[in-house]
Formats: sequence, C-alpha cells, structure tokens
Amino acid sequence: MTREVFITGIGIVSNLGEGIEAQLAAVDAGRPGSVDAERFKPHLVHPVVPLEWERQIPKKSDQRQMEAWQRLGVYAAGLALDDAGIKEDKALLGNLHLICAAGGGERDYQVDSQVLTGLPQAADPGAFLNERLMGDLRPTLFLAQLSNLLAGNISIVHGVTGATRTFMGEEQAGVDALRIAQARIAADQGDIFLVGGSYNAERPDVLLVYEMAGLLWKGSFASVWERQAKGGGFVPGSGAAFLVLEARDHAEARGATPIARLAHVGADQVRRAPGAAGEALDGLFAKAGSFDAASGLVVSGATGIADITAEEKAVLDRRTDGARRIATGDLFGNMLEPQFPAGVALAAALVKRGDARQAAVTSVGHARGEGLALVERI
Amino acid sequence: MATPHRDKHGRPLVVVTGMGVVTSLGEGKADNWAALTAGRSGIHRISRFATDNLRTTIAGTVDFVAAEPFCAPALSEQFALRAASEAVGQAGIGRPGDFPGALFMAVPPVEMEWPQREALAEAGKRNGEADYGTLLAGAGTGRFKAWHELFLFGTVAARIQDRFGTKGSPVSLSTACSSGATAIQLGVEAIRRGEVSAALAIGTDGSVNPESLIRFSLLSALSTQNDPPEEAAKPFSKNRDGFVMGEGAAALVLEDYDHALARGAKILGFVLGCGEKGDGFHRTRSSPDGAPAIAAMREAIADAGLTPDDIDYINAHGTSTPENDKMESMGCLAVMGERMRDVPISSNKSMIGHTLTAAGAIEAVFSLLTIGEGRIPPTINYKVPDPTIPLDVVPNVARDAKVGRVLSNSFGFGGQNTCLVFAAEPA
Repeated sequence: MTREVFITGIGIVSNLGEGIEAQLAAVDAGRPGSVDAERFKPHLVHPVVPLEWERQIPKKSDQRQMEAWQRLGVYAAGLALDDAGIKEDKALLGNLHLICAAGGGERDYQVDSQVLTGLPQAADPGAFLNERLMGDLRPTLFLAQLSNLLAGNISIVHGVTGATRTFMGEEQAGVDALRIAQARIAADQGDIFLVGGSYNAERPDVLLVYEMAGLLWKGSFASVWERQAKGGGFVPGSGAAFLVLEARDHAEARGATPIARLAHVGADQVRRAPGAAGEALDGLFAKAGSFDAASGLVVSGATGIADITAEEKAVLDRRTDGARRIATGDLFGNMLEPQFPAGVALAAALVKRGDARQAAVTSVGHARGEGLALVERI
Repeated sequence: MATPHRDKHGRPLVVVTGMGVVTSLGEGKADNWAALTAGRSGIHRISRFATDNLRTTIAGTVDFVAAEPFCAPALSEQFALRAASEAVGQAGIGRPGDFPGALFMAVPPVEMEWPQREALAEAGKRNGEADYGTLLAGAGTGRFKAWHELFLFGTVAARIQDRFGTKGSPVSLSTACSSGATAIQLGVEAIRRGEVSAALAIGTDGSVNPESLIRFSLLSALSTQNDPPEEAAKPFSKNRDGFVMGEGAAALVLEDYDHALARGAKILGFVLGCGEKGDGFHRTRSSPDGAPAIAAMREAIADAGLTPDDIDYINAHGTSTPENDKMESMGCLAVMGERMRDVPISSNKSMIGHTLTAAGAIEAVFSLLTIGEGRIPPTINYKVPDPTIPLDVVPNVARDAKVGRVLSNSFGFGGQNTCLVFAAEPA
C-alpha cells in the first residue's frame, strides 16, 4: 500500500520574517538574509525577527519555561497548525503525530562564566563545581536544554499528543524527520504528522562548537556558492520550520486545501572523504526518479563549506541543468535541524504558486548526512 | 519461498536474532543475567568525580569501560560498540562491517562538558576572568578541532554506522527515558514497511557526570538515601524516594521473520507490538489519571494482536520515584483489570538504576531473556510494601515462571510514553 503524502500546512520563522509569504517576498526580491555582524564579532549570524510570542504561546508561564530555541519551534508549530486549519481541532491534535528535529541547549552564560573564572583558583575544583552548580543553576533550565522538550512544549502548548519523537543530529535530523514521516504516511502507519525543527543561532555556546573546527564564515556576507575561494564556511541562522504532512485521503476527507505533494524523501550517510558527499547526493537523485529540470526548481541546502558545496554544485549542474536554483543558506543561513524542513516549505509554496511543477530540495550536512526531497504541484 | 508470515494486521513479523548488553552489573548477557536473577545491585558510591556538596552521591556507573576524552558521547559510544558487537555477533548476520539494514540509535543529548570548557577557557585566556568570549577565543586557536565532531548530536550513531556498516541514514533519537524503546519501535516500523529486512536498534547512555546528576537532583528526581548505595533504588516500596542514575547500553538485531528463517537464524523472540502516546499535562509530571500511559499500554497490546489477558509479565518502567510507580501501578491495574493483582511485574531499575536513554533497550533485552530463560528477575529492596500499590512485584527473589508474553513500559519527561510487547511466539 502506498498513499500520496500532501503538505497541508506550513509554519516558518526566520531572519526574513514570519510566515511563508515573508520568505517568498525575499526570494522574489533576490534579497539575502539579514546579517548581524556585531553581536558575536567576528562571527556573523542571521538573527530571527522579533516575534509576539503570545500570539502562539498564550501563557507567560509557558514562555518562561522555554529558552529561545524552544519558543521558536513552538511558535512555528503553531503557525503550521493554523495554516493546516487544525489548530482548534482538539480531537485531531490529540492523535496528531509529531516528529521534531532538535539540538539542545541553552546555557546560563552568567553561571558558566562565574564557574570558569572561579575554577582555576579553587582549592578543590570538584567541590567548587558542585557547590556552584547546585546553588546557581535554575532547576527548570534543564527542561529548556533537553532535546525532546521542544516536542514536549508543543504537546503542552498546542495539545499535540498523538505520539512525539525527537530526532537529533544537526541537518540530517531534519531530513530524517521528514523522510520517516513521509514513509510512515505512505505505508499507512499514520495519517497526519507535524514535522519540523527549530534553532537559535544567537548563542555563543553553539558558535563555539563550529568555531572549534573553523567552519564559521567570517568577513562580509557572500552567497554560499561564492565562498570557496576564501576557504568557505557557514553563517548560522536562527529560525524554525514546521510542516503538516497528511495522507491524501485524510486531507480530502476533512476538506483541507493541499499545498503540494511530498513525493519522495531520500537520505544517506557516507563517510566523508573528497567526492563522497557529491557521490551520495548523486545516488539520491538516481533513486528519486525523474526530475524534469526544464520546468523544475532546485532548493539547495548547501552550507557554503568549501569542498562539499563545490561537490553539490557539480551534481546540481549535471542533474538539474536549466532549473532555477535557490540556496536556503543565502536566505536563512544554516539553521541546522530545521534547514531541510524550511527548504521543503519554500519549495512547496513556490510550486503551489506556479513557479515550477516540481522542486528538488537538497541537503548536504556540514559534517555528514545527505538528503533529497521531491516536492510536486498538485 | 513459502507464503510470507504475517501478523494479525497483515504486516511482516519482526523477530530479535541478536542481543547485547552492558550495565553496571557487567558486560554481556550472561553476566548481567546471572547478577540480575541473583538480585545483585550494581549501584555504588560514585568515584568518577568529586561528590562533595551533592545530595546524591551514588549511581550505577559503568566503571570498567574507558573512553577518551572522558565525556558522555565518548562513553556512550563505547557502551554502544560493545553491546552492538555482542548483538551482531550473536545474530551472525551480514559480514563484519557490513550489516544489511538500518541503524536506530537512542543517544543522550550531547553537549560540551566542563573539562572541555576549562581547556578552551585556558587556551583563550586574556586575564583572570573567563566568559564565552574567552571560550570562543580558545576555540579559534584551532587546537580543538576534534571536539567539534565529538559534540555533534549525530556523531555516536555515525561512528557506530562506520564500524558496523549499517545502511542508509542512521537515526539518532531522544524520547527522554523512553528513547531505547523508541529506537526499537522505529526499527519495527521500518521492517513492517518492507523498507529493510533488518535493523540494529541501540540505546546507550554514559552521562553520569556532575552537571547531569545535579540537573536531576535540582528537580528532586533522585534518591538521596545514599547509604547503603545498593538499597537506594526501591521501586514500588512505600519508602521509595527517587531514582538512581545508571549507565549502560543494549543493542538488538531486529529482523523480518522470513528473512531470519531463510538464513537459519536462531529466533530469540518476537516484537509483536508497539504503543505510544504523548502527554501534554506537564514538562516532568505525568497526567494524574495516567491516561496517556494507559493508552500507550493498550495500543501496544492491540498492535500485538493480543488482549490484556494474554500478558504474562510486565517489565516495569519502575523508576522508584514516588510519582512514577504510583501512576504506573494505577495504569497497569486499569489496563489489566483485577487480574493485574496476580500478574508479576518487576523493575530491573532496582538493580541497575535508571539507565535513562538506554533503559528501554536494556529492559527489552532483559524482557526477552525472561521469556527465553523462564525466570523473572526480582524487584529488590522491597521491604516496605506500599498499600496503594497492590501488585505482585516479584519481591527480592527471582522466580521461575513460564513467560510467553511480556509488556515492557517506558515513560519519560516531556510526556513520552512508549510500550512494547515481546513474545516467544507470534500472536
């Protein structure tokens, strides 16, 4: 049994604004994402636009229990539920499956700084660390750090309580979340899913992880396709993207207006070596079936990291020559977990608008993981 | 080939053909089973780090496995490696480094730990003060490149994939304390879809470090009855006062029944059913009426094509927190009815502590061993019965019993409820 999978709701926030129209406006204007070059100088980030949290997270107590990465996700999830027209359908939400792609965090920077300043002078560093953490950590901070608490907060705030699962693993987690949800719907293992992720790039502790490997792009903003000569790198971006995926029969039965068909999601992970990422992506194109470049659109998740971006470009030049190409890295920066869901959201809105009949959405994760989705006009 | 085997819902049957386990009780099924059925505890005083100023000073750490650098992801990887080696070896599937199926990996959320922060602060130091600017300066020296990969969320799974040659995109997942069960569930679903003939499902957790322990301690989730350590975890007892953190890993080779039969594999048991239900009540507490846990148990039993009367034994989540054990008992009584008073239910956590991300997978292995060995591991430290929990908790001493079908419960923070049904035979 194979069922068609429709995208029936999109919720997205990024530096470009709130909602899919704001993202499309930037695409149409050829406008890259807004950049903050000051806050974490010399590092760039794409900061998310200010949001009126209470529009999707009515209770202040709920807002306080979350850190930014979770609030962004809960907000975008609410937008997606609104867009699908199911926000108030308590019975449906009670059976809605949820797959989140999530990292974690966040730190209490003041506590961390005090501990790090005090540790070298402490007579007994172990005892000192315990004393400070026991005394200074907010008990609820843990819940703002736990990966699966993005999903937990979506359950609490929006009443989504079918079953919740959280995938981790940077860009790849977003690919796999969509891949598994699509496959489960197609195989009749569920009718309707909320799938997506969120990321807060405006945090020194996440910049740290990528700075250790020298992967952050410095200097003035440049397109991901034009960073190779200067060593490449990515600009982290804050944002969130959620999609409502639904079996065609389920969507039709409730009279939902579909946005696009999620025809295919493939993913692979190969050991990275020169040429390996490109080869894996090429393999995913081969498995995905036909892509009509002449009437097609490519939404690439290329990060801007030199070698793998060049490898992806070569594959796209060969496989999708003639198709219009949009790089989500130029628009959103790299949002890690929600990057692929955001790319699929953009592709769905563009094919619905008539920009293309079919879109290929790619992911070549900064460290690992390759993905490819085909989104089609209904 | 003969007509393919199907379950009552018309789906491929899923069997387990290999299992591996590491806990504070030892490495491997044989050592663990011997300790578990002898009622021996693996909980002890923490020696890995200073415990001054802590309210809880005990845990079920696995101290016989080394990792470099010593941190949760590296330790979790080592546990997973050992458990997977045992499981894949027993299954005799594929060739070394070429496992013919997908990987589903429950791993603890990863982040940089204090020793690494201290090293970065030292490298980036300008004056006496240290803040994140100092750490970023340290990171920019280029001396810590390897730590980038170490502290990515997907790295443990990627390394296991490299080692065992699992196929496709490995899924790293967290559903908090039900993660291990979710890894198995994802594998079962992939086999039922016909996407793969085999899957390697792993749950691993090596995150007993100062900050992790303090986080649970600040939520008042841990037992503070430190002395004697082996008596602190007392699920279902009236004087239970919290869980004890534990470490370990388990791996299961899941396989399409027909695929296993065709290659002459030894069948260790069936995974007949999976059930899950979210709970939007509270971030750490379960719905007081237990409705989501009840729904998850019922769904698992129905998914297995069984009725509650078919369940012979429940491998409890049984954390030893006042709230969980009460809710779980109430939930079991609701699902099983009056018969529940005679259905044995025991908690492995009384001996190995709460292995968090790994718990669902470790307890799956113990559930299947219970079926295979015909012996139920006890709930130890059961000295003060709780009159509100009128259950047969297999107190203190293992019991011989013919067990054909086991319900294994896993519940977690964030409204996670996942239940699995294991059996000796198809329904």
